[in-house]
Order: sequence, then C-alpha cells, then structure tokens
Amino acid sequence: MVEDEPGDELMAGASGKETILWRIRHGTRDVPENERPEDVPIERGYRTAGDAGRDEIVEQFAERAAEYKAAVRRVSESELPGAISEALKRRGVEKLVIPPNLPEEWIPEDVETLRDAARPRLTNEELDASDGVLTGCALAIAQTGTIVLDAGPAQGRRALTLLPDYHLCVVREEQITGLVPEAFARLEETVRDERRAITFISGPSATSDIELNRVEGVHGPRTLEVLIAG
Amino acid sequence: MKVKTPDAFSKGKTPRFEESAKTALADTQLRRNLGKATKTIREKRKVVVEEMPDWEALREAGRSLKERTLRHLDEYLEQLEESVTRAGGHVHWARDADEANRIITSIVKSHEAEEIVKVKSIATDETKLNEHLEREGIHAFETDLAELIIQLAGETSSHILVPAIHKNRAEIRELFVRELGAEGLSDNPPDLANAARLYLRKKFLSAKVGVSGANFAAADTGTVCVVESEGNGRMCTTLPPVLVTLMGIEKVIPSWRDFEVFMQLLPRSSTAERMNPYTSFWTGVSESGDGPREFHLVLMDNGRTDVLADEIGRQTLNCIRCSACLNVCPVYERVGGHAYNSVYPGPIGAILTPQLVGIGKPGPDSLPYASSLCGACYEVCPVKINIPQVLIHLRGKVVRKKQDTGGLKSKLDPENVAMQAVAKVFSDPERFEQAQKLARIGQWPLARNGSIHRLPGRLAGWTETRDLRAVPEQSFREWWKTNRGTN
Repeated sequence: MVEDEPGDELMAGASGKETILWRIRHGTRDVPENERPEDVPIERGYRTAGDAGRDEIVEQFAERAAEYKAAVRRVSESELPGAISEALKRRGVEKLVIPPNLPEEWIPEDVETLRDAARPRLTNEELDASDGVLTGCALAIAQTGTIVLDAGPAQGRRALTLLPDYHLCVVREEQITGLVPEAFARLEETVRDERRAITFISGPSATSDIELNRVEGVHGPRTLEVLIAG
Repeated sequence: MKVKTPDAFSKGKTPRFEESAKTALADTQLRRNLGKATKTIREKRKVVVEEMPDWEALREAGRSLKERTLRHLDEYLEQLEESVTRAGGHVHWARDADEANRIITSIVKSHEAEEIVKVKSIATDETKLNEHLEREGIHAFETDLAELIIQLAGETSSHILVPAIHKNRAEIRELFVRELGAEGLSDNPPDLANAARLYLRKKFLSAKVGVSGANFAAADTGTVCVVESEGNGRMCTTLPPVLVTLMGIEKVIPSWRDFEVFMQLLPRSSTAERMNPYTSFWTGVSESGDGPREFHLVLMDNGRTDVLADEIGRQTLNCIRCSACLNVCPVYERVGGHAYNSVYPGPIGAILTPQLVGIGKPGPDSLPYASSLCGACYEVCPVKINIPQVLIHLRGKVVRKKQDTGGLKSKLDPENVAMQAVAKVFSDPERFEQAQKLARIGQWPLARNGSIHRLPGRLAGWTETRDLRAVPEQSFREWWKTNRGTN
C-alpha cells in the first residue's frame, strides 16, 4: 500500500481498478501533467528491413530452420506433390490431418485424410490419434529460422498443428521475410482487423530441463519437417 | 500436498540471504549443476548476441519503450482493458495476491473444474496460486517439465529459466517412477521427457480450464503473448475451453509493433536462441472457434505500484524475466536460486523482491547486499536496468529504515556505531592519517595474509559476513610524500 493512500473509509467503495489506477497516478507524480506518452522518445535505431537478396534470404532460412533440428528440403513447385508424398511415406503417415483450403494437389491419394472444417470439426481425440498434419504457413523469418502460422488458409486452427506428433509444413520462397521486424509488420493487419491467433514455430518442441540436455519434442509435434517450394 | 518452505511472498518470516547462502554453498551437486548451466547459457548467449549488429539499438529501444509505458502506465492499462474487452475477453484488476487468487478461483469454480492445467508463470508462484487452489479443492497441474519435476518433488525453483537444474537425471527418474507410476523407466532424458508427455497429454485433453502467465500484452490490439519451448504453453492456451491469464501490470507494452523489439531481445537473452521454439499470440477469443471460448485477463498490482513510485527503483519494472543477469552473476553462480528465498532470484530478485514486499523485513532486506556490485548484470540486461544503482539505492533505504524505526537497539547496532565513528575520522584528513598509523599498529594481532577475518568488540558486526583488507604498510599519501612530494 502506498504511504498516503486514502484511508480505508475513502477507498472502501473503490474497485480494484480504481485503486490500482489511483496508485499508479500517485506513483508517477514526477511525470509532468502535460506529458503525453509520445513525448517519451523511442529510438528505433535497429534494423527494420534487411538488404539481403532473395536467394540469400531463402538460403538463410533453410540453414537456420535446420539448425533447430527441423528437417528442411528445397524443392521446385512441380516437385512439391512428390516431395510431400515421399515425406509422408518415409514417416509412415496413414491418417493425415488436413486444414481448410489446403491446395488439393498437395494431398497424396494414398493416405487417409482427416479434414477439419467449421462443421464438423475434428475432435481433440481424433487429432491426438492422427499420424501427422500437413499445412502451409502465413510467412517465415530467415533471420531466426521461424515459421509463422496465422490460423489462415492452409493452416487452420491452432490445435491442428499441436496435437499430431508430426508436422509437415510447406513454405513458399516468396513467403520468407528477412528480419523479425518485417514479419511483425506483415502480420499487423491480420491481428488488428481479424484478431486471428499467431503462432511462431522455430524447430520442434524442445526442452533443456534435465541436466541441460536438449531433448527434441515434449508436448508439441516431436518432428517438424519443412519443404521450401520455389 | 507437501508444505513448501516460506519465501518472501509467503506469510512466514524468511531467513537472511547470508544464512541461506551457507546451506547452499555446502550443497556440492547444486554448485556443480549451476556452474555448468550458467556457464553453458552464458557462452551461448554471447554468440547469439554478438551476431546482432544492432543489439545495442534494440536494448535502447526496449529500455525506452518500457520507460514510456511506465510513465503512462494508467493510460496503457486502460487501453489494454478496452482492446481485450472489444476482442471478447474479460479483464479483472487485482490489488494484491489474495485478490488475484480469489478471482482465478471463482472463475475455475464457476466452470465446476476440479483440475486445471498450468503453464509456467512466476506471477502465480508469487501469489502462491497452487496452494490457494488446493485449499479450495482444485488441483493445478504444472505442465512445464521442470515445474512438473519440482511440483512432484514438493520443492521450489532454483533458476527462473531452468527451475529443476538442481536435480540430476537419476533423481528425476526415481521421482517419475514413484509419482507417475512409470514402471521400467530409464534415466535417459528423452525417455523422461516422454513419460511427462504421456502423463500430461491426458490432462491437456480433459482440462476445462487452463491458467497461464503473460510475457507481454500489447495495449493497442489487446494481444497477449506467451513465450515457451516445450509446447505446454500452446496446449494450455489453446485446448481448454476456458483460459485465465495472470499478468503483472508492468507487462503491458504500447503496441503490436513493439513485439519486434522484445521478441528479439528476450529469446537471445533468455535461452540464448535466435528464437524460442514456440510463441503464442492471441487476441481475445476467436469467433471461428480457434482456441478457448472464454478468456479472462487478470491484471495484478501486488506491490508493483510501490516500485513505480520510487524514481530510481522504477526501472526494475522494465524486467522481461529473461534471467541473463542470473547467468553472469558471480554470487548467483555459487549460491543458486534458493538462497534468495524468493520466486525472483539472482541480481534482479535482489532488487525486485525487497521492493515488492516492502523494506523492513529482515530476509528481503538482506538481498540488496547479496552482490559485489561488479556490474555484469547491468551489461547483459536487455532492457538496461541499472541493477548496481538500484542495489545501492536500496541499501540506503534499508539502513535509513533501520535508523528510523529501530529505536535504541538499532542506534547501538555495531555496524551503525562503527559507521558513525568512521564518518568522524574520514571527514578530517589529519585524523584520518593518525587513524591509519594507529590501525597499522593495532591490527597486528588480527591481520593474516593481508586480510582481517574478525574485528574485536563492537566492530565485530562488520566482519560477521565479510573480510576486511588489512591497512597496508604504507598509504598512497605516504608513498607520494616520500617519492614525489615536496611537502
């Protein structure tokens, strides 16, 4: 409690909100009355746009995603369906989760598909019992090897990429941004206007909690595979 | 439920740092594990920070964003409330820990949940939420691997980032066999992690309520962010139909765009990664049924406005809980987290804890002294908290509080008496030189190899917890007179 906070009688009827706001105003008495938040300068001297060329950006993304133990492969647009089918076979996927609006040509014919839709939705138990999920992404960040999902087309709601133990993600070359600030700028509209949830994924789930040994895979998908198409 | 030892945020009295440090220093496993952990993370951090040409610019941006937010915290919190409400969430305000616990409990009860899943949150450790829920008949499952380990063991965290670093794999295996019934389990880390995965998956699928903390929340969009590695954060914030997030009021940031600063500073400073495996951002509740259908955000004060009111202490609220200061601290590296008797250990804990609970309690009051003021913590801090400056400021406050409230006893306090005597001597150069000469003669029975371990009589208070360098054979002034001086 602040030293000269109004006594119990005066604050008795006050809500938590009123009391906390009062304490804040009291605690910041040193801030001039007429100071606006914008009057406190923010030095944005950091990089907000990279100068790397497209090839370099794609190469860096591939390298850094792989450093985080994601299996990464670069393929051409025409090779993509074959590469998807091959990856799923290698993994032994039989029941594959498919988010809404995934390009049909990506889906191999010889797997059982579990298609999520607004109705009927797949249950958490169905997702848990599946062998894997195939998605696209909203964008990717080369600087950090990150895949960004925004619950949009070819990605679906968050549970789809969380419960299956295997995530195969297709990233198109033009979706890769160079630096972290470029990604946040590109996502702003989605968050502001549509309020969709955003998930950053950098490698598979991991922990270093036991004697600082890195273990890939605790609760999320234990295997993340990325196909870069372009 | 096992009873945990009280810390600065529990009701009971806690030991002073120097007492707890002695116990910790005697624990060789703790020291070995901590030494390895802090060294590894420290070296990795250096690599990922040095590859950033604009690191200093990012630190300055982080610092100034926090400064702007704190100076206008009332506006930003009201804006955050408005944004979250507009996006379909509910906002609650909690003056203190008890109020926060009561709010969360009533939400859980209104959904008739007897079990909840929780993702690591120091704010809920601060409020002792789990113990509160347990008394109300609700069991909280910690889902972070390390938090699960210490919860099952009935212990407390020893490091913000790797809370179970004091336990080795054999102990963890034994614990899982006993508590989770995981028969035939090996002590191989992947097997141990898998045992936790199987055990918790059932909980994630059945829990009606998830509880989380928050790393940041953007006032302009109402977007809340949780940064994590294992996927348990995604589980807790996505699967249960109801999500309750407890956040300290200082975690608000002005806008969505500012994530571009903090999401570069935090992972590199914390786990020494370019980016942590998973980060979740959500804005209220989704209209299309992606994630929880009910979202509650609890904004908690619990002493933070007291920190805000201190113009020097205020910067403590910049903290983004990365734990970089722990890993570079020579004191922390040797004693570990438990010696601080607080959910906030290390250099940041030494300044945050006493400010949050208030000066005048022996345990927390001892924390600002748990430092050699080497300044390494300030150098690595991603939001430029001048920890040494705040430490000294708080030492002053502790001493003044003692003088003001202690009465006769504190006036006769040996350290106080000695300080007053010394002040008199130091203020006069002639008296000072006289004293030096006298000290040189007087110290011979006390000094060993250039240092004094125990002062006699009333001065003993000074050497109770520190050694004193002996007065040298010749002072600088004397040397100057003999070698260079003319008078």
